[in-house]
Amino acid sequence: MCGIAGLIHRGKSGDIGKEMTSMLQALKHRGPDSTGFALYGAPRDDRYIVRLKLAEQEELRSGKDFAIHRQIGERKTAVDERLAELGAEILGEEAATEYAWRYEIAYGGDLRRLADFVEDVAGCEILSIGRGLELVKDLGDAGRVSGQYRLGGFAGTHAIGHTRMATESDVDIRSAHPYWAYPFNDVAVVHNGQLTNYWNGRRALERRGHRFMSNCDSELIAVYLADRMDRGDELEEAMRRSIDELDGVFTYLVATSDQLGMAKDTMAAKPMVLFESENFVGLASEEVAIRSVFREEIDTFDPYEGEVRVWQS
Amino acid sequence: MAELKQEHRSTQMGMHSEQLRGRTQETFFTPAEEENFTYPEAFDVDFNKRTEFDAAELSAKEVNARIRSLMAEGYGTIVMKNPGAKHAIAVGILNRLQLYIEGSLGYFGCGLIDGPNIRISGRVGWSCAENMMAGTVVIEKNAGSTFGAAIRGGDLVCKGDVGARTGIDMKGGTILVGGRTGAFSGFMMQRGRMVICGDAGQNLGDSMYDGTIFVGGKIDSLGVDAVEAELTELDRQWLRRKLGPYDLEPKNGIDGMTKIVAGKQLWNYDNLEPTEKKLVL
Repeated sequence: MCGIAGLIHRGKSGDIGKEMTSMLQALKHRGPDSTGFALYGAPRDDRYIVRLKLAEQEELRSGKDFAIHRQIGERKTAVDERLAELGAEILGEEAATEYAWRYEIAYGGDLRRLADFVEDVAGCEILSIGRGLELVKDLGDAGRVSGQYRLGGFAGTHAIGHTRMATESDVDIRSAHPYWAYPFNDVAVVHNGQLTNYWNGRRALERRGHRFMSNCDSELIAVYLADRMDRGDELEEAMRRSIDELDGVFTYLVATSDQLGMAKDTMAAKPMVLFESENFVGLASEEVAIRSVFREEIDTFDPYEGEVRVWQS
Repeated sequence: MAELKQEHRSTQMGMHSEQLRGRTQETFFTPAEEENFTYPEAFDVDFNKRTEFDAAELSAKEVNARIRSLMAEGYGTIVMKNPGAKHAIAVGILNRLQLYIEGSLGYFGCGLIDGPNIRISGRVGWSCAENMMAGTVVIEKNAGSTFGAAIRGGDLVCKGDVGARTGIDMKGGTILVGGRTGAFSGFMMQRGRMVICGDAGQNLGDSMYDGTIFVGGKIDSLGVDAVEAELTELDRQWLRRKLGPYDLEPKNGIDGMTKIVAGKQLWNYDNLEPTEKKLVL
């Protein structure tokens, strides 16, 4: 089933960490397997924020390999070495968990090259690279993930999030949403639905040099949008094209450094409720999520089939 | 109109056109017993006995239990405040009741009801009044998709816009929409009437067996086997009578409405049941 949510404060910063946690917790019944956040703080032109993981929770829990703790340390060292080799200066680093790291780096080179080189370290996956984007995802509900990664105090302009019920792929972090639109900085996607032309689409995009980290159909949307923007499409144009070229039932949200967009398939088979005011836009699979942020009476509505909307922060 | 019998009138208005021969009809009770028929869980309430409660801190189950206990105490007019878009609220009410909901409902609100009059000041989520048998549900703002799925009777009214698949599998009753509806509205409609005062999305009335859809605005496209029919004087009278009490006005006036019915060209209009068809073939 899955639940998705998005919010945007127009022209100002807000408590997006706390608000998105509240919205996603209200959608927990739509999918308790994993929860993910793409939060957009104030962009910093002099640095990138890199969120990455060095292992799956499953590796730590399974007990099959007692060496995993040592291996994570080795992977971390390898990542640091590779960043240095590419000329990226590490300005700060922080571990949210044993396997999830947050880096601040100064880097002027090609992001695709950086991502490919770092992800070549066994077990390493870059969750996001951005000037303002911070992408966090892990197993468990919103309260657990938010607490674990200390997101409650995160301030920013906009955010998207996802609660997942695994249907097409495994319960692990790599299959959790949001997906970063590699190799574009600050672009992330969450999706509710099923894509029926996933493998055809994936093969076509892989032939064009894009990388897939999971077998989750939702990743196709992020990579598809990245590919379209790489070819010169504006975000909204890429999203409109996706309505025709992605097959299946879907509602997805996409966020960039200063935009938040939504798209719905031509059957309108997946839900989305929208609240829009002068200062705030809130979207969610169910109104109860928006109500968790707004207690007062508000007017909401469902976007229609084939509809694409984009808002500016 | 006075000389028409009720059966002929409903047929002329397109509510149904096939003859019910009873082959698949099951008799649950005889008309003579109908007057005494009541549900085991129905309550005898007094409309003059009024109360209100706040649903803000209650779960959906607790809200429904509260309504039930109030009805058991004889309250016939209940005001619910702060429903908070919770799901499956005000469901399974099987007796007459005046229920005022101040706020919005989530999914499956007012489902499986038979008799109450419910007014909602806010919006409703997906599948509002699913399988409604009788009564009225009036929503002042917008509604989500599958609005009035499989309803069998009563009036279901949304004064704002409604999502996709409105009246899917509708088996009777009336759905009135003040604004527009989304794609596949009236999908597999079997009986009843739907009035859309605004525009209708693509594939309107797809695979409808029977029933009538009136549209006041633009229709994006008709579904398989849905065809346009002549708007008769009988239709106009009914539309005036039905829309008036809810203050609804079609986009181009009643005379400008389009009437959609089943073309009855699909395979399922074969007179033979599938098992009989096998024998013939």
